[in-house]
Amino acid sequence: MSVAVDRDQAFLDAVATIAKDVAAPNADDVDRTARFPAETVAALREVKALSAFVPEQLGGAEVSFEAVARACFTLGQSCGASGMVFAMHQIQVSTIARHLDDAPWFESYLRDLAIEQRLVASVTSEVGTGGDMGRSVAAVEPVGAGTGRFEKQAPTVSYGAYADDLLITLRRSPDAEPGDQVCVLTRKDQHTLEPTGSWDPLGMRGTCSPGYVVRAEIPLEQVLPTEFARVMNESMVPISHILWSHLWLGIASDAFERARAFVRAAAKRKPGEPLPAAIRLSELMSELSLLRAEVSSGLREFVDASTGDRSRLSEMATILRFNNLKIAASEQAPRVCQGALGVCGIVGFKNDTPFSVGRHLRDTMSACLMVANERIHQTNANLLLIAKEV
Amino acid sequence: MSNIDSEIRRILQEHGRLPVDVASLSSGQDLYQAGMTSHASVNVMLALEDHFDIEFPDSMLKRSVFESVDAISQALVELQAATAA
Repeated sequence: MSVAVDRDQAFLDAVATIAKDVAAPNADDVDRTARFPAETVAALREVKALSAFVPEQLGGAEVSFEAVARACFTLGQSCGASGMVFAMHQIQVSTIARHLDDAPWFESYLRDLAIEQRLVASVTSEVGTGGDMGRSVAAVEPVGAGTGRFEKQAPTVSYGAYADDLLITLRRSPDAEPGDQVCVLTRKDQHTLEPTGSWDPLGMRGTCSPGYVVRAEIPLEQVLPTEFARVMNESMVPISHILWSHLWLGIASDAFERARAFVRAAAKRKPGEPLPAAIRLSELMSELSLLRAEVSSGLREFVDASTGDRSRLSEMATILRFNNLKIAASEQAPRVCQGALGVCGIVGFKNDTPFSVGRHLRDTMSACLMVANERIHQTNANLLLIAKEV
Repeated sequence: MSNIDSEIRRILQEHGRLPVDVASLSSGQDLYQAGMTSHASVNVMLALEDHFDIEFPDSMLKRSVFESVDAISQALVELQAATAA
């Protein structure tokens, strides 16, 4: 037990140092120029943080889920885009690690990932599916014995051009139904990315997520044996919602800290004088507390539901729970950032003061679009018809 | 084919929105792979609850319970036994 605790602490200390010394000083430039946070990812590679979720026997650090969630929070405080790249990578790695099912190719892949600190991006969205990750158009087409190929039109692939490997959802075969999906992993030397758009968004600019047509020809052993429907319910969706929520909380917490620093500076200038901003800060704190409470209870419930038999994660009440975490956190985080702007006023609005919160506000505004809340509400509305104990 | 089996098939035909005829599927065949969407499966569950006058507890509301005619039938038998006891 104490070995695991030490391991978590060493990992968290290393990530905290990178967040402070590398991610934070580059955050404004990453945002302004919409560039990939390369130096932060390089530093994370250096401390082997990209294999944090890889089991120890495959060469990874095997830190706890809580520690990775905490790391997303910490990076989010310094640079939202860096936190998002890190979170998305960890989502792909944990998805593979939790559904290995004795697939020898994927076991050896995780070994390579741990040694080479390979960065994994995902290609789950697709043109023509209306944003439903549980459906695919593109399919694995057999070409000769043991080989398959595909072509997928993805409207966004976060850091696709910077990733070593891609985890892609596809229909199992050309005659499979849209919901009969598998996950395929391709290495950089196996796939091609043809850009289909530009990348000049409102926020999360450093994630560099334009659209691509992704093409590859791969040995069929690179198809994850577990069907995607299970992977999605037991891992990809709840883990995404939890890690994203943590980094959104990180961004919102930093915006709050900036507002607090602003109020303290004002109070020091005129001690004893009434300070309207102090009241607004107090109001903002209660908003932040709500977000904190939702994020931490979501994490606890996920860890509980993941121990032993994971089938609880496929139950409707559980799916509703983690969908609600995503909706609540994605709405509350920009609310806190906007509140921080209200406290700081013009110095918060300007992009070059210690109290600037424009980047925080813009970054968190992406939250409600990452798997659109509308779509999640549609799913929930449907599940609420039959789920009982919600 | 048991009676319960044919009732399940009738409900699937009506609410499962499968791209194939339910009669052409074997009892063990995966309904999701056959094209039942999760949206349609919710309607199947509602129709089953109504028709058999039962309520699926949350622990049974998951994909594996509705993935084939056999799986549904087994769940219904379990529920009816629990109600009778």
